[in-house]
Amino acid sequence: MTSSQTSAREPVQTPTLAVRMHDISRSFGPVRANRDASLEVALGEIHALVGENGAGKSTLMRILGGLLTPDSGTLEVNGRDVTGWSTPDAIAAGVGVVHQHFMLVPTLTVAENLVLGKEPTSGGQLDYRRAVADVKRLGEETGLVIDGTRLIADLSVGEAQRVEILKTLYRGAKILVLDEPTAVLSPPEVKELAQVLRRVRDNGGTVIIITHRLDEVMSLSENITVMRAGETVARFHTADTNPAEIAQAMVGRHVRLTTREFAIVTESTAAANAASASRAGNAAPGAPSGGLEVRNLLVTGFRRSYEVNDVSFTVKPGEILGIAGVEGNGQSELIEAIAGLRGIAGGYVGIGGRDVTSASPRERTDAGLSHIPEDRQRRGLIMNYSVADNLILGMQHRFTQHGSLDRAAIAEYAREQIRTFDIRPTDASLPARALSGGNQQKVVVAREMGGGRDYSVLLASQPTRGVDVGAIEFIHARLIAARDAGKAILLVSAELNEVLSLSDRVAVMCGGRFVVMMPAADATEEVLGEYMTGAREAA
Amino acid sequence: MTAAQREKIEEALFPPVVAILIAFVAGDIIMLNFNQSPLVVWRLLLEGTWGNAYGFGQVLYKATTLSFTGMAVAFAYRAGLFNIGGEGQLAAGGLAAALVGFALPVGFPALLAILLGCLGAAAAGGVVGAVPGYLRVRFGAHEVITTIMLNFIVLALLNWFIATRLRVPETLHTPEIHAGAIARLSAVLPAFHGSAANLSVLVVLLTAIAMWYYMFRTRGGYELRAVGLQPDAAEYGGISVGRVLFSAMTVSGVIAGLGGINFVLGYKYYYEDGFAGGTGFLGIAVALVGRNNPFGILLAALFFATLSQGGLAVNAFVPKQMVDVLQGIVIIAIAASVPEVQRILLGSRRRPVTTSALDSQPAATEPPAAAV
Repeated sequence: MTSSQTSAREPVQTPTLAVRMHDISRSFGPVRANRDASLEVALGEIHALVGENGAGKSTLMRILGGLLTPDSGTLEVNGRDVTGWSTPDAIAAGVGVVHQHFMLVPTLTVAENLVLGKEPTSGGQLDYRRAVADVKRLGEETGLVIDGTRLIADLSVGEAQRVEILKTLYRGAKILVLDEPTAVLSPPEVKELAQVLRRVRDNGGTVIIITHRLDEVMSLSENITVMRAGETVARFHTADTNPAEIAQAMVGRHVRLTTREFAIVTESTAAANAASASRAGNAAPGAPSGGLEVRNLLVTGFRRSYEVNDVSFTVKPGEILGIAGVEGNGQSELIEAIAGLRGIAGGYVGIGGRDVTSASPRERTDAGLSHIPEDRQRRGLIMNYSVADNLILGMQHRFTQHGSLDRAAIAEYAREQIRTFDIRPTDASLPARALSGGNQQKVVVAREMGGGRDYSVLLASQPTRGVDVGAIEFIHARLIAARDAGKAILLVSAELNEVLSLSDRVAVMCGGRFVVMMPAADATEEVLGEYMTGAREAA
Repeated sequence: MTAAQREKIEEALFPPVVAILIAFVAGDIIMLNFNQSPLVVWRLLLEGTWGNAYGFGQVLYKATTLSFTGMAVAFAYRAGLFNIGGEGQLAAGGLAAALVGFALPVGFPALLAILLGCLGAAAAGGVVGAVPGYLRVRFGAHEVITTIMLNFIVLALLNWFIATRLRVPETLHTPEIHAGAIARLSAVLPAFHGSAANLSVLVVLLTAIAMWYYMFRTRGGYELRAVGLQPDAAEYGGISVGRVLFSAMTVSGVIAGLGGINFVLGYKYYYEDGFAGGTGFLGIAVALVGRNNPFGILLAALFFATLSQGGLAVNAFVPKQMVDVLQGIVIIAIAASVPEVQRILLGSRRRPVTTSALDSQPAATEPPAAAV
């Protein structure tokens, strides 16, 4: 079954449409954020737009709000063709976007922020008392009660969001767009927001809400549009669907091709499992506290109060722990915190039994940590450095004599790694940016897992992102081999089947927490998908 | 030499050469505007600079200070920092060299005195450079702002010090130093007689070699350039980004401060208020044209010094301000060839076609060997 069948089965029948977006495409350079995406929102409904991060939801809403123009496709608001309109046009037509990041002036009061750009004046001066009265009146109408004389800087995140919504309504918005409004809110604040949005709807407004929390979608919306990889893949009446069906549409089943390739690895995984099982008997009495240990890790954040919220786990030598989850649920922050690249608010990190909680990245490297970062072009490689120079990044102090780099040793090491990891082209003096994505990733893998590296714990974050099929297989085989050689590996991947085929155990991260941890043998895409989207909570 | 290396050198040389050619044409137009034959004026300009020992000596003298300030800018720039404080650092270095010269007794061993003078200049410049470095690392204060502001503070402090403590009456300069004078070039090659050229030129050559070696052959240079190119990747590579930023800013100040010896120990033997005269700022242009490579900077400094001295030589025919115009043209032409600037220029022209501006960029910078 595919999700497009779902949408064919269930066409949205509505007499009057507030918003109709048809076959919208929009590219950013080579990235196609929207591909013939469509959205139909009825007048006076609460409509949920769901999808994984990067599915193109925000781009679609920015087109609706006049912040972007589509490359192709049409946009109608209240039956009028307004394709390619500008932000002032959108505001004048009553479309108000509440952004994920607040656009408020912290040094001004609530009332001042509210009227900014549309100030009531008396005799050329701001009529502050009227502004405060406006806040009060609007608050009574909508249920968004807040004191207009308070400073924005003193407000909580939830209150600031309320001001943001009030501001949009003050400007006469009839179609309210909210980009992940609940990501920053505590559970009681989420309930309050839901009431406010219902009130807006009951007063004749239309609400479009972007989210990937399926419980909210189910309780709040009348209709649901699901996006994946820039396309609209499904539309549901909320009353006729269930979270599992939505989750399936979000995560997608377009993975047939890769599944076959994973089969190769999976066979070797099975063999390796047997091998490591027999090895486990020998290794057990030696060092009990090897591998990676994380206890009660807290990382403060921008979107939520804690990006990583009280996470504890261990990865034993000879084990791969895979972390699944919708991107942006704290995986990147968790990895960076373990690598020492991000400050933590509390907790403990141990590598090979050694406490590295407050160690620098270099000290962690020396303690036996290797790290394949998720973004090779920002973190993993210095794009203008040669392949040879990139192969020693993080180990440059081991290729130094009396402060000078040992060029001969570096060249020799580069030759060896290029041969072992089949990096092409083989010229070590080429800058990293001249290599294809797959070969760039091989440089990172060669450095972090190659012969010159003495490591016991490996953090592999999106190790095969943007890499061609041949290199995927190669990197997977390397990870399995490292596991079999007794390395403790923490794997984070957006590809569910990658996590499933490589890991010994799987954890799901959602909202900064580990919501479930299970042996890979017991996990299926369906089960993980439900945990990933919050449709199922930890048992 | 591999193809990649040759390409790299060609890529580095092409923009300055084209820029100078553009300036050449612009110069012709200006000269014709003053009813002068370009051929005559250019010949005069060359004869007045490279055509005789005195003129060449003056060019060398001017190029020496410019090389110091240019290398100072480049050193910081390689770490991703924009040091606009060269002017203040240079002046502070000059005063420190002079103070060392006073402190030492007459007859102090010459070589040792020069060494101490150099150390003093370097230390003073280093202190002035370290301040914005510290503010950047500790508080995140942007070095462009702090170095500009510090220029005013340092120059005012030096002015106050000279005016109240150490001035020869009716002048703006200190008395002459007792020890630490650097010999004129004419002491070795009499043909240079009368020119300000002195053996500071050796110090600048040594500095250039040392800077090149540090940048491209040591671990420190590897880490410094990594911070300048991609701070996130440098941090990932176990490099303490803050420490690198602080030390790069300090060393940048050291190099600029060292430039003070050329005027104070090599030419006048005293410190004079305002001797830097914009050389600190012109160092930014020198670093730009020299592509932040120490040897490129030596060449660029010679070029700018030639223009400056040549302006005096042709003053009878065309106003010497012509060379300011030419300098400006060279700077604009070179700046236009910097990849970041090109992206902006190309981007604004091709914006309507959304993808082509992005597509054309890698094609222009990636060597053809990139086929994988």
